[in-house]
Amino acid sequence: MTVTSNLSLTPSIGRFPTRRGRLLRDRLATIAIVGSFIVVLIPLAAVIGYVLAKGASVVDWQFLTTSPIQNRPDQPDTAEVFGQVLKFGMQPAVIGTLVVTGLATLLAVPVGVFGGIYLNEYGGRGTLATVLRFFTDCMTGVPSVVMGLFVFTVIVLNTQERTGLAGAIALAFLMLPVVIRSTEEMLRLVPNDQREASLALGCRKAGTIMRIVLPAAAPGIVSGALLAVARAAGETAPLLFVIGITYRTNWNPFAGETTTLSVQTYMNAAQPYSTAVDRAWGAALTLIVIAFAATIVARIVTNRIQARAGK
Amino acid sequence: MTTDAISTPTNQAPLSPEGRPPGRVFDQLFRIATFAAAIVVLVVMAGILLTTFNEARPWFQERGLASIFGTQWVPISDNAGNVVDPGLGAGALIWGTLYTSAIALVLAVPVSIGIALFVTEIAPGWLRRPVVFVIDLLAVVPSVVFGLFGVAVLVSPLGNDIYGPISDALAAIPLLGALFHGSSGRSYMTAGLVLAVMITPIITSITREVFATTPSALKEAALALGATRWEMIRGAVFPHARGGVVAAVMIGLGRAMGETIAVVLLVGGAANLGVGLFESGETMAAAIARSFNESTGVQRSALIGLGVVLFVMTLLINMGARWASGRSERRLRAGR
Repeated sequence: MTVTSNLSLTPSIGRFPTRRGRLLRDRLATIAIVGSFIVVLIPLAAVIGYVLAKGASVVDWQFLTTSPIQNRPDQPDTAEVFGQVLKFGMQPAVIGTLVVTGLATLLAVPVGVFGGIYLNEYGGRGTLATVLRFFTDCMTGVPSVVMGLFVFTVIVLNTQERTGLAGAIALAFLMLPVVIRSTEEMLRLVPNDQREASLALGCRKAGTIMRIVLPAAAPGIVSGALLAVARAAGETAPLLFVIGITYRTNWNPFAGETTTLSVQTYMNAAQPYSTAVDRAWGAALTLIVIAFAATIVARIVTNRIQARAGK
Repeated sequence: MTTDAISTPTNQAPLSPEGRPPGRVFDQLFRIATFAAAIVVLVVMAGILLTTFNEARPWFQERGLASIFGTQWVPISDNAGNVVDPGLGAGALIWGTLYTSAIALVLAVPVSIGIALFVTEIAPGWLRRPVVFVIDLLAVVPSVVFGLFGVAVLVSPLGNDIYGPISDALAAIPLLGALFHGSSGRSYMTAGLVLAVMITPIITSITREVFATTPSALKEAALALGATRWEMIRGAVFPHARGGVVAAVMIGLGRAMGETIAVVLLVGGAANLGVGLFESGETMAAAIARSFNESTGVQRSALIGLGVVLFVMTLLINMGARWASGRSERRLRAGR
């Protein structure tokens, strides 16, 4: 007993802890550690449970496919048009989310993958690559609302128009550093033998990267990009100032204002009317389904890779 | 470039079914394209600072030091309509940002470290992946959904049934009374509570990775000397992971400071320099989101200026985090 105490593994103050005391402390610590995991399950279960319960009663096919959104929460949630009872829907927001997030993905993923290629294949441990890596990491910490202000000052002030494109650019800037770093990590996992074999056969570096390295890393890159998409789809703050608002479905991100599920959730949640809050729950459920689907697909892809690599 | 030496025209035989391998020009163009993509990050970071600062200049020029250190955000006029205080001092908003983030850290850091220890040291192998998956899911729940949950479910019971009684019970005690003052459902505490849930995944995932890098020789040595598991954690895991945990906490702090939508819905919206946990307040990010679309002139400039202040503060914190983690071998995974 005294031997272990003298090893100062237990920072005992003034007196030697008894064996029972040490075991008790160990037990308490274990309970606290297991407890902390259970503690975090409570908010997760509560949020998902509420969104499912409240949202499921609102979301149906009509909710997803009808427009316009009638943003007059003092009115009942249905209307009779030519004898047909219509429920007001979120179609403009559903389409807006898909268009804006999709365009952001198209912008961010190619640039991000190329940036990741530079960092891992060309930059390596050099000074420039180290500096770029540092600022890429810092860029992941830029608050999304600041990104919204940036896109507002650079694009909206110059074009004098709020469009889906401006929102997509804001989301793309938020996704970019995540895609760059996950691409770099996946490229690093590709064994050097494969690069050397390709170079030895006379393939140039660009060809080696395109034909050998990228295909080998592709599943991991897709998985990282999907996680970035899941995040971006839920972003609200960067979109508030740059995409405007509309009650009509707008498929065109290059002209006219648009709206998204996240913005609709926010605007309806801030209203004191219960019909508005119901709409917010419906939009939140739709949003969470999109985000979780992307995450789960990404997770499955990652698990496949890990299984293939033999842990 | 060794490849250039090898692939002289004579041995440039078709190597793949698709035809000739890409030529030298393509090789160079490809390299330039990847470099240009990597540089975008620097351009955006510099662009954020320059353009937003430029837009915010009227505010800094008109108010001088009072723009940042002034404590009155909302302008005050007397009954005759004369402006008593032009407002737009960010002091109370900076305080609100720091205060809500501090509350979030106090709540989230111990829990996150606990979860990370659970995954790395205690959970059986088959349970680890599901636990990590659950935490990842929490990270994907959009901010606005937490905000909606807070507004629709938490705000009124917290204010009426929890904050009120606590504040009444502690009112007479000198320091605690001031700290637990107020009974507003939308308050610093509510915002901090939800922020804590939101930053738990990022702190957990970074600390988990750092804990996992503890050499098993150290841990086994501690156990072989008769240490209990907790003593092993304190003696072997924590000292090894100190830098990484500091970095994780700072990244969590940066996230909490920049978090916007949930805070807009839950903090109340009244700029407030007090320490009363249950009183409503306002943060920089929330003020921007709340009033930017209706703002004009110097107020718009001031809101963009808040963005500049927020950007600089979070940038410094993130740089500090990279510096703190510099000692640990493994690099932090970006954005996870």
